[in-house]
Amino acid sequence: MKPTDTKPPEMTDEHTVVSDGLAGGLSNAEDTPGISLGSSRMEKIRRSMLLTILPLVAAMVVGGLFLFALGRDPLAFYATMIHRAIISPSGLQETLIRMAPLLLISAGLIVAFSAGIWNLGGDGQFMLGAALVGGLAASSAEVMPRGLMLVLMLLIAGTLGAVWTIIPAVMKARYGINEIITTLMMSFIGVNLASLLVKVMFLDDRPGIQTPRTPVLDVADRLPTLFGTRVHSGVIIGVVAVVGVHLLMTRTSLGLRLKVLGANVKAAHHAGLGVSQLTIATFLLSGMFMGLAGGVEVLGVQGFVRADWNPSFGLVAVPLVFLARMNGWVTIAFVFLLSVLSIGGELATRDAGLPNQFGLLIVALVLLFMTVAEYFESRRLRGERTVWATMAVRFLSRGDAAGE
Amino acid sequence: MDAEAIRSERDSGTPLIELIGITKRCPGVLANDDITLTVERGEVHCLLGENGAGKSTLISILSGMTVPDAGMIRIGGTETSMDSPRHALDLGIGTVYQHATLVPTLTVLENLILGNTTGVRLNEAEGLRRLDELASILGADVDPNAVAGNLALDEQQVIEIIKALWKGKAALILDEPTSMLTPAGVGELANMLQRLKGTGLGIVFITHMLHEAIEMGDRVTVLRQGRVVGTIAPAELRSTDPERLRERIVEIMFGEEANELSDVAELHVEASGSTSPDEPDSGGSSDGQGQPAGEPILKLERVSLEPSQSSHGLHEVDLTIAEGEILGVAGVGGNGQKELAEVLAGQRPIDSGSISLRHNGAFIQIGRLGVHSRHEMGLRYLSDDRRGEAVVGTMSVAINLVLKRIGKPPFWKRQIIQHAEVWQHAEAVIKEFDIRTPGPDTNIGKLSGGNIQKAILARETASDPRIVVYNKPTHGLDIRTSLAVRERIRQMAADGVSAVVISNHLEELLDLCGRIAVVSKGRIVGIVENGPNAERRIGDLMVGAFAL
Repeated sequence: MKPTDTKPPEMTDEHTVVSDGLAGGLSNAEDTPGISLGSSRMEKIRRSMLLTILPLVAAMVVGGLFLFALGRDPLAFYATMIHRAIISPSGLQETLIRMAPLLLISAGLIVAFSAGIWNLGGDGQFMLGAALVGGLAASSAEVMPRGLMLVLMLLIAGTLGAVWTIIPAVMKARYGINEIITTLMMSFIGVNLASLLVKVMFLDDRPGIQTPRTPVLDVADRLPTLFGTRVHSGVIIGVVAVVGVHLLMTRTSLGLRLKVLGANVKAAHHAGLGVSQLTIATFLLSGMFMGLAGGVEVLGVQGFVRADWNPSFGLVAVPLVFLARMNGWVTIAFVFLLSVLSIGGELATRDAGLPNQFGLLIVALVLLFMTVAEYFESRRLRGERTVWATMAVRFLSRGDAAGE
Repeated sequence: MDAEAIRSERDSGTPLIELIGITKRCPGVLANDDITLTVERGEVHCLLGENGAGKSTLISILSGMTVPDAGMIRIGGTETSMDSPRHALDLGIGTVYQHATLVPTLTVLENLILGNTTGVRLNEAEGLRRLDELASILGADVDPNAVAGNLALDEQQVIEIIKALWKGKAALILDEPTSMLTPAGVGELANMLQRLKGTGLGIVFITHMLHEAIEMGDRVTVLRQGRVVGTIAPAELRSTDPERLRERIVEIMFGEEANELSDVAELHVEASGSTSPDEPDSGGSSDGQGQPAGEPILKLERVSLEPSQSSHGLHEVDLTIAEGEILGVAGVGGNGQKELAEVLAGQRPIDSGSISLRHNGAFIQIGRLGVHSRHEMGLRYLSDDRRGEAVVGTMSVAINLVLKRIGKPPFWKRQIIQHAEVWQHAEAVIKEFDIRTPGPDTNIGKLSGGNIQKAILARETASDPRIVVYNKPTHGLDIRTSLAVRERIRQMAADGVSAVVISNHLEELLDLCGRIAVVSKGRIVGIVENGPNAERRIGDLMVGAFAL
C-alpha cells in the first residue's frame, strides 16, 4: 500500500482510464498485484473507500455528539441501528424493501442528470403514479387476474409519471425555460393533485376510517414476494431499472446522445443530434421511472394511499445519484447504504425515544460529509491544495496506512 | 500622482502615455512584438489592424489586465508597473470594452456607483453630481433612473463611456466602440470624442473601419502580427486628402511586403508537389488559384436571416460554389460569417431564400434539412468554436471522432456501441492526421487547439465529403499545423471536394482561394477573383470604402 501513496495521482489516473476505457478487458490486475495496473486498481478501491467510509464515520461522530448532548448513549444507538437494519432478518428485509422506490427514482435521475436535465419534480410524478394506482388497484383486482392487474397498474403509474413531465419538457425544449423551476412547480401541483384525487375520486368511504385514504389492495393481490420473505419483486424491478439505465447510458447510441446533450448542448446541436427531441425523450423517460416508483411502492408495500402520505423520496435521491456520478452500480450500493441508514435510523430513534427526524439528520450528515470528501478529492486530483486539504489528506493516508 | 495631476501636466510637454518596446508572448504567438507608441493629451490615437494583429492584447496591457513580458509603460513621464485594472483606473485610464459591462437589471446611476462603494451606503447624491458633470462634458442627455437593460445600444455605449471616465479622466480607451452602433450613434460618438479631447483627455480608439479612423483620428497606428507596421502623424493626417490617406492605410494594413507565412506556404506546396509524383497534374484547378472548372454543387439564392440584437443577420445572399472550388469569405469579424456558416451547415433555419445541393446528379432543396441529413449528403462544417461547439471536451478523442456518426455502423451495431471499432478508427485517424494525444481515450479537451482542430478536420472530411465549410480553419494554430490544414483543403479540392473558407486572415484566403466573397453587415458586398490587386480590392470592400 505504501508505494501507491507516493505515486503522483496523474499517473495512476492514466492507468485507471486505460484499464477501464475503450480497450476494455486488458487489465490483468488480479495476476500482477503491486505493479502499475494492479496498484492503480487498488488505489481506486482505496479512494472509493475513503470517499464513503470516512464520511460515514464523520457523520456518526457528529451525530454521536448530538446524541450525547441529548443524553443518549451513541454507541448503543448505532449498535441498534446496525442491528435493526442489517443483522436482524426482518430489518434487512425492511431495508431491501425500502430500496425499491429509491432505485427506480435513481434510475429516473440518472437518465435526466446524464442528459443535463434537472428533473427535480420527482415527488409530484411519484405521488401521482402512487395515487392513481392506489385508487384503481383494489377495484381492478376484482375484475381481472392479478398478473394483468399488476402490469396494467405499473403501466398506468409509469405513463402518468411521464405525462406529468410533458409541460416542463416542452417548455424547456421549445422555449429554453429552466426546468428546475418548472419541474418543482409541477411537483407541488402533482403532490396536491394526488392528495385531492385520494380525497375526492378514490376515497374509501366505508365508515370508521379516520384519515382519508384509497381502498386497500388485498395483500394476496400485491407484487409477488421473493423466496418466502416479505421482500417484494419491486426490488428486482428497481435493480433491473438501474442496471438497464446504466447499460443504456454506457452502451447504446441513445445513451451517448443523451450524454453529449448533458455535456455540451452546443456540441449536440452542432452534431445534429435533435436537441429538442432528446430533451423531451429524457423528461418522459425520467418521469416514467418516477411514476413507476410510486406504483411499485403502493403495489408492493402500502397497498393504499393516504391523502397525507408523501415519503419525499425524490429529493433524497438527488445528492446520492450525483455522488455516484450517475454510475448505476455505485448508485445501487449508495441506495443500499441510504436504506440501511433510514430504516436503522427510524427504528433506533424509536427505541431511543427520539423523534423520527433524528434518523434523517444522520442521513443528511452522511450526504453532507460525502460531498465534502468529494470536494477535497477533486481538488486533490486537480493538484490544488489548501492547507486544510493537505492536512486532511495527510491525516487520511496515515490513518489508512495504520489501518492496513 | 493622481489622475487630475497627470492631466493637468499638459503644458509640460511630456506625453500622457508612452509605451516603449512592449512585448507580450501568448501561447503559440507573439501577440505584441516590441510595440512603441505614445498617446498625447487632447488627441485621438487610432489603432488599426486585422483581427489577431495584437490590438486586444495592447488594450489589456493599457487597462492593467495583462502585464507585458518586456517593455516600459510611462504615464505622464513616470514609469509605472500597471499591474492591475484598479491601478489603471487610479491613474485615470478608463476602458470601454467591446462587450457590455453594465448590469442590465440595475439603473444607470446604480451601475455607475456600483464600483465606487467605499462605505456601506451608496452615495447617490455624489453619484448624481458626477453623472451631471460628465454628461454635460459629453453633451449627452442621461436619465439616471433608466434601467440599463432597457436602453438602446447607442445609449448604453454613452453610459459605458461615463463609467470609464468615472474615476478620473486622463485617458479613455475605446475597443471597437462603433461595431454595434447605428450610423447616427457613430456621429454622436464622434462629437463626444471632440468634446473630450477639448478637456485634455487622451483617447485610444480601436476600429476596423478605415473611414472612422480618418474622420476621428489625430494619429493612426497600424498593427500587423503584433508589430507596429506604420504610423501616420497628425500633420500628415490633417494635410492629406482622405482618398490618398485611405490608399496609404490599405497599403500599410494589407501590405505589399511579402508575408512570412505565405512565403513558407508557397515553398511548402512546391516541395510537396515535387516529392509526390502521384499527384494528379491534369487535375485542372488543383492549385486552387485558377477558375472553378467543375459544375456547380451548391447554390444559395436570396438567403436571408432576420437581424437580431446581436447579429446583422443575412440579407439576400446569392452564392454558387462549383465542384472542387475553394471559395473564400472575407470580412471584418461579426458581419455575418458565422451566420452564413451555420445556415450552410443546417444549424440555423433560414427565414427566406433557398439552398440547394447537387446530389446524385440533381439539385435538391436542403434549406429545411437538419445538420444530420446534410452531413450524410457530404456537406460538412468545421466550427470556429472548437472547444465550445465542435467537440465535447469531457469526452474521449475516440468518441469525438465519431460524434457525427452516432448510431451508425460499423461503430454501432443495432445501436450498441462497438468499442473495438471506435478504438481502431481512432488509432488510425490519430496516426493519419498526426494528432498528438496520449491515447484515443484521452479527453479531447486536454489537447491543444491545433490537435483538436486536426481531430475535427479528420471527422468532417471522413467518409465521402463533397463540400466542406471551414470557419476560421487555422485561427490560433501554429504555422506547421496551419500549413497542414491548408494543404488538406487544397488536396481535397484537387479531388473534387469543394470548400468554403471563412477567415480573418486575408493572406490565407489569397493563398487558398480562387474567388473571395466579401461580407459586410450580413450582405455580400462583392466577390473578388484572386489575382493581382485582389488584396487591395478586398481590403477596400472590407473596410467599407465603397459601401459608404
